[in-house]
Amino acid sequence: MNLKPWIAVLVAGVAGAASAQDSNTLSIDGEPMVTEVAAPAHVENLDTIYSGWRFRSAETQALETDDFDNPAFVFVDQGIDLFDKVDGTENKACSSCHENVEDFAGLRTQLPRVQDGELVTMENLINDCRTERMGAEPWKWSKGPMTAMTALIGLQSRGMPMNVTIDGEAAPFWEQGKELYYTRVGQLDMSCSNCHEDNYGVMIRADHLSQGQINGFPTYRLKNAKLNSIHGRFKGCMKNIRATPFAEGGDEFKALELYLASRGEGLSVETPSVRN
Amino acid sequence: MASGVKPRVKVPKTAATGDTITIKTLISHKMESGQRKDDDGNVIPRSIINRFTADFNGQNVIDVTLEPAISTNPYFQFEAVVPESGEFTFTWYDDDGDVYETSKKIEAS
Amino acid sequence: MKLTRRNLLILSSASAAATAMGSLPAFASLTDDAIAELTGGAELGEGAITLTAPEIAENGNTVPIEVSAPGAVAITLFADGNPVPNVATFNFGPLSASRSASTRIRLATTQNVVAIAKMEDGSFQKASANVKVTIGGCGG
Repeated sequence: MNLKPWIAVLVAGVAGAASAQDSNTLSIDGEPMVTEVAAPAHVENLDTIYSGWRFRSAETQALETDDFDNPAFVFVDQGIDLFDKVDGTENKACSSCHENVEDFAGLRTQLPRVQDGELVTMENLINDCRTERMGAEPWKWSKGPMTAMTALIGLQSRGMPMNVTIDGEAAPFWEQGKELYYTRVGQLDMSCSNCHEDNYGVMIRADHLSQGQINGFPTYRLKNAKLNSIHGRFKGCMKNIRATPFAEGGDEFKALELYLASRGEGLSVETPSVRN
Repeated sequence: MASGVKPRVKVPKTAATGDTITIKTLISHKMESGQRKDDDGNVIPRSIINRFTADFNGQNVIDVTLEPAISTNPYFQFEAVVPESGEFTFTWYDDDGDVYETSKKIEAS
Repeated sequence: MKLTRRNLLILSSASAAATAMGSLPAFASLTDDAIAELTGGAELGEGAITLTAPEIAENGNTVPIEVSAPGAVAITLFADGNPVPNVATFNFGPLSASRSASTRIRLATTQNVVAIAKMEDGSFQKASANVKVTIGGCGG
């Protein structure tokens, strides 16, 4: 693929800035991240996949290169407190069973996955623990405690390549997600692919369209200054095309999450990322 | 806003006596500007951190007055001289009267 | 002039235009007023203060700003297009090294960010930067 004009512009833009980072290479606290890799074979219409980080301005990009500068770590800190907090009738915290949160390294790269015939996301796993083992109330899908916890657990996989299973039991869910990705919906009659496959790198008003990769979620958005869940972002996209969003945590969004995760195969987990 | 406010500071653990170091601070706070309205059209009252100070062994490094134009989760980066071993103290003052404090020791050699 | 409907229209639109034009300097001077109050109307030098801001902010909610003025005792930031122009004042204490600071600010619209430094000798320095605040697509 030829170097897209927007990449050239970004390179030129940053050449003038006194920054150790260039806009094509992301390293976080010295650890290199893969933000560009050959598209997996099943993604028929793309040659190369790019992390959403590559589409952001130099200032926004810089926020993700240092864990202190990254405002998402305020919420990771909250996640650390929540991990040790006893809640529910069983008098247990996450850490009662899971001694070290580091043991979750690699989990983010494999989710969503099929368990007992059902497609489960990290939110499902967390809430199963809360209701089944802790006797606690489930957390709301996109609210503060849940996104703080998914950020903390996802962080343990940072730098590892996305690698979800899409065959075997997962195949029907993956097919459903792919179907949703290419189905036009809403008053504007648009599918995910219309923006994120056909027009990534193009300006939508004053903004660069990304490929819609989810390797950095939950992501801290400058827009709302908080962590945003994957399903929360899907909902935002659907509202923007004047469609009625599916439910967060519902079968449609879980299937779409699996399909999108598979489109990012090989990109580094960047959780928690910073976007605009 | 008294609950869930969490200060973060980054100070080197050691420095050469008389050296200049870089300090970064971040605190979780909504910084409600007083300019926004709720769904019913009522103005949401202002609720911000209005002052931030950094001191070292009782001597001031920086004293910042914040207005509502400072972003959510206020971030500051600045430089300090380290004349001796000691402790930096950081203090944030909330509109509601709450005060958040944290400190970091540094070894000068 | 005879008061016809046409004349009335001309009159009212002319006065509306005059009001609109008249209001522009008055609006911009909110910042000028604040600066005058800070400096007591003293002359503003340039060159000894540096203000670093992005030319284009991807989101007006979080715009990184850096100010530096060696020899300053205080630096005050203003944003002339915000509902309230004052942004922050950095007072440098005895253990402050370089008289510099970075923060993240909110900009309601495309506007000028102005930094005024009060120097140790009591004089004032000024620097300003125009920041374009974009309206995002789905991202913004």
